[in-house]
Amino acid sequence: MNPILFYVFAAVAVISSLLVVGQRNPMHSVMLLIVSFGGLSGLYVLLDAPFTAVTQIIVYAGAIMVLFLFVVMLLNAHTEDEVVPPTLGPHGMKVAVVLSLALAAEVLWALSRVGAASFSTDPNAAVAISSVARIGTGIFTTHAFAFEVTSVLILVAMVGAVVIARKEH
Amino acid sequence: MISLNEFLVLSGILFAIGTAGVFLRRNLITILLSIEIMLNAVNLTFVAVGRYLGTVDGQIIVFFVMTVAAAEAAVGLALVIALFRHRETLSPDAFTTLRW
Repeated sequence: MNPILFYVFAAVAVISSLLVVGQRNPMHSVMLLIVSFGGLSGLYVLLDAPFTAVTQIIVYAGAIMVLFLFVVMLLNAHTEDEVVPPTLGPHGMKVAVVLSLALAAEVLWALSRVGAASFSTDPNAAVAISSVARIGTGIFTTHAFAFEVTSVLILVAMVGAVVIARKEH
Repeated sequence: MISLNEFLVLSGILFAIGTAGVFLRRNLITILLSIEIMLNAVNLTFVAVGRYLGTVDGQIIVFFVMTVAAAEAAVGLALVIALFRHRETLSPDAFTTLRW
């Protein structure tokens, strides 16, 4: 696994995600999120998961983000409403800062105690992982029930979205 | 050499960014986008751990997560449209009628 490629893709994903959260214009946020998904897709290729990488681009960047863009354009809401000051109050803010610092210290402590879990360098393992045939076999045998339930979920979501967004008369 | 740890740290950073977005932003669409960032951070963990354990199960779960994310986005955006029709705003502070 190439460290330079990893850090490039990781930087793309993190920086564009930060910009998504930092943007005032939802349109720019959606575009930057697509960039972030591109970086993640590169990371999936590094992890020998080309099928997931392509699905990420086609389904996420291609379909879900277009749905978001449709809504942003439909509502024509280009800027966010005025900034609201934090409503936690002085004590709430102090507690929040202490708790988040404690969480960060906890995570850093845990990370410092584990050794590096190296990926297997066996080329056969990489080939087995990247096999689309094996993914398909898994979905339609072991996970067949989950797959069928997913189709019901999609149907319910589709009908629900149409009913909720319908104009009342 | 890049190990599993780097991927988990990256995933944690992305998840934290998404969480911060959900809490800090005052725009329903950006909040939904932040949820997508969080879902993707978890997907990265699944794929990385799947690679580490040498199984395709991680990628299969990611496949299902993407399906659920699509359903969530469809219903969530329909709700945003319905809310915008009522109040002409996307700020979550405007929808407090049910607040206790």
